[in-house]
Amino acid sequence: MNKPESISGGSSTKKSILHNGKTLMQNRADMYSTSKKTGHYDGLKELKLKKADPITFEKIFSKLRAGVVNARETAKKIAASPIVEQEGELCFTLYNTAGDCVCTSTGIIIHVGTMGMAIKYMIENNWEEDPTINPGDMFTNNDCQIGNVHPCDIATIVPIFHEGKLVAWVGGVTHVIDTGAVGPGSMSNGQVQRFGDGVQITCRKTGINDKPMRDWQHEVQRNVRTPKYWILDERTRIAGDHMIRDIVEEVIADVGVETFLQFTSEIIEDGRRGLVKRISDILIPGKYNTVAFVDVPYMHEDVHVPSPFAKVDTIMHAPCTITVKPEATWRLDFEGCSRWGWHTYNANPTAFTSGIWVMMTQTVVPTERINDGSLFASEFRLPKGTWTNPNDRRTAHADAWHFLVSSWSSLWRAVSRGYFSRGYLEEVNAGNSNPCNWMQGGGFNQEEEIHAVNSFETAACGTGACAMKDGLNHAAAIWNPEGDMGDCEIWELAEPLLYMGRAIKSNTGGYGKYRGGMGFETLRMVHNSADWCMFFMGNGYMNSDWGLHGGYPSATGYRFEAHNTGLHKRIAEGKSLPMGHDWNPDYPDYENHLEPGAIVKRDNQCITTEEIFENGDLYLNYLRGGPGFGDPLDRTIENIQKDLNDVVLLEEYAYKIYGAIFTKDDEGYYTVDADKTRARQTEMRKERLARAKPVKEWMKTERQNIIDKKASKQVQQMFASSFELSQPFLDKFRAFWELPSDWLVTEKELGVPAFGSKHAMDLSQMPDVKTVVLVEE
Amino acid sequence: MSTTYTKKQVADLIDGDLDWETVRRMLFMPKDQDRFAMYIDVLQDRAKWDDKIVMPLAPHLYIVEDKNGDIVNKCDCGYVFGPYTENWKLNAVIFVRDTDEKFNQVYPNLMAPNQEWQVYREYYCPECACQHDVEAPTPWYPVIHDFEPDIKTFYGWLGLKLPKKLAA
Repeated sequence: MNKPESISGGSSTKKSILHNGKTLMQNRADMYSTSKKTGHYDGLKELKLKKADPITFEKIFSKLRAGVVNARETAKKIAASPIVEQEGELCFTLYNTAGDCVCTSTGIIIHVGTMGMAIKYMIENNWEEDPTINPGDMFTNNDCQIGNVHPCDIATIVPIFHEGKLVAWVGGVTHVIDTGAVGPGSMSNGQVQRFGDGVQITCRKTGINDKPMRDWQHEVQRNVRTPKYWILDERTRIAGDHMIRDIVEEVIADVGVETFLQFTSEIIEDGRRGLVKRISDILIPGKYNTVAFVDVPYMHEDVHVPSPFAKVDTIMHAPCTITVKPEATWRLDFEGCSRWGWHTYNANPTAFTSGIWVMMTQTVVPTERINDGSLFASEFRLPKGTWTNPNDRRTAHADAWHFLVSSWSSLWRAVSRGYFSRGYLEEVNAGNSNPCNWMQGGGFNQEEEIHAVNSFETAACGTGACAMKDGLNHAAAIWNPEGDMGDCEIWELAEPLLYMGRAIKSNTGGYGKYRGGMGFETLRMVHNSADWCMFFMGNGYMNSDWGLHGGYPSATGYRFEAHNTGLHKRIAEGKSLPMGHDWNPDYPDYENHLEPGAIVKRDNQCITTEEIFENGDLYLNYLRGGPGFGDPLDRTIENIQKDLNDVVLLEEYAYKIYGAIFTKDDEGYYTVDADKTRARQTEMRKERLARAKPVKEWMKTERQNIIDKKASKQVQQMFASSFELSQPFLDKFRAFWELPSDWLVTEKELGVPAFGSKHAMDLSQMPDVKTVVLVEE
Repeated sequence: MSTTYTKKQVADLIDGDLDWETVRRMLFMPKDQDRFAMYIDVLQDRAKWDDKIVMPLAPHLYIVEDKNGDIVNKCDCGYVFGPYTENWKLNAVIFVRDTDEKFNQVYPNLMAPNQEWQVYREYYCPECACQHDVEAPTPWYPVIHDFEPDIKTFYGWLGLKLPKKLAA
């Protein structure tokens, strides 16, 4: 029934491809206006199918849900790219005719929204008329201007027809290893605009008659560094899409097309009601105020960018007020965010809101029933011009995650306050780690092919502490709930980088009554490569994941790289080698195992651009830990002792943080003396009071610092950027610090370039383009 | 349908001593709607003062109804941080980590923030020195009022009796 059969014509007067006789555009407009008017998706005040025949309703859901999960698991097994095969960086989602998600697989479920937005874009821009939508078609999208997170997430979207009428859409997405950006690797930096951010495809028809077009394949494979993976990843997506299409055909054969169509609306209203129920079941109404930051240190000499106006240190600022309303819906308002910038960390509203759902499915709505219904029970406000919603079509997005994961950590903390107050301690999570470093690079690999790498060891960072247990060590990443660091042996096949060590990273989880999960570190030696470059990507001067209720933030990142190491000589001579732990970076040891003349970089500059790495050079990939929960002085003696014996806590910090007094026997086993430790903790409490001052007294000093404009340029630039975009944020700032009504700091007075602050051109100003907006701006 | 738990199980959860199988059930099953009442019950039994707990805010911090019927933020030790509608942090004491030396007491320097970008602000109780919260913002950032609960609506959701001054 989905055999290719041309639907007549390309004119606007052609026969409708929908059962209801409407155009796709009219169909969507009607659905949305009814939803808005009634407060129920598609006006469904009553779920007739679910009420009349709940067994059939659940059977349809189970079959479709199992179908999308099965498609993902099968596609994952046949994928070539280790990012897909090892880490599961793929996702399949079924949409109704309006492009709203019906159900989704496991995996990188942020794409529930991104692929849905691509479908909506095709609907609103009349793809129905040109290039036409027919059975057997395939559309490819990775355009960040219409919702994609970053260019490396490539979506293949297939319309599903039944007897010549469109009944659904299916989308499959994979994270490809390279998109031909200026910097190699899927989340590179160096480029500062869209023009250089990798190939971007805008909902292009790339297949007909169930086959990818030859001209498309010839063109695209030469635009990326890794054509083999590109082509095989596309086949992975097509295979999954077609498996799901088969399932839809089976369901329709079983229940009839009218029941199926009814289901694809009712399930979304069911999802909307599900979120409302869950909010009322687990949260507390009121306001949750939170904020997040992360560093963009571009002034450093190891950051090479093509444009002088990008050479500026900035800070991402993401304040948020979550309002849980009496009717158990919620509003997330990001008033006060900083401006988008000349780097690759910009987001867009769909990436931002869809990503929040990735997070929420791990906390507020941990159910397989997640679909676009949740969006209809939520309000998002993302002010135009901020990094969450750029007002300019030049923005780059390759590593949007640098900002996204940082901003979401604060949301996790916020909802956890509600869980804690309500007594659901098992749900509390102090936050997510900032899942980085992203170890990337490219050149000629060990097979003498042009290659690019992006290590997804980041998929297994430390998780935040709970209110009744520690966070998990090297376990997960917020963007993909299926945490997996991958196998060393597979990474060594995929990358010309030998493992010199892989170990849990001590002291990376934030301390607390319950500590954050530890990250880990891998030391890699470049081997059998040619013309090889690498770079670092992560947080270094700041951390984005605070602790909760007295717990500490997790550790920040740092970089270690070494060149001219002489390691090949040392290996030949049987000398000691740098391996395993970089225990305490303040007392470095790797350097003791390098030849004289080695050049070492050891600092907090965790964002760099391409640097030449010769064979034998070293790169430390340090994956971050999660934040802590509760006052560290409440940690049990047993847990402190366990941390010491598990080698996740340096002796020095067992004493400094927990006041632990301990002994170590000949076999290296630690015993913490409870009485002496409690006595030391009593002293520590006195020391706290001795060094602290009343908040209102401290505020006078800090206020004077503000009046005197005493702060680093990057801090002042962050505030200046937010002030310019948000009068409410400026008003609140002035009111809190009791500043004169004319007090202000501007980018102009700081002398930093602010290209894009005055002149911007949005996608909506392009000819023949109709943008789709789903948030308040 | 939701599972219910005993007061002992809720107490064990608070203490971090609940067996993992029960914790897993708590995570997987629909939420038990009597949890809040049971949670308050356990905490009230443990409180060193007679004020009625209205809502816990943190492990050692509560919104309570005092003997005058006022709704205030109160520490385990008895210190009162002011009316519940105000940010309790403004009545705490603070220590700001804004130098390498101060950061090095928490992390090796390369694993701690740079004070030109970020500081730690530790909020302690002025009486018992409990570390109720740690903020990690940029310098200049206003003190964050983390949570402003709508107690009236919440108690309505659960069908609980409101403190007199909130019911008025």
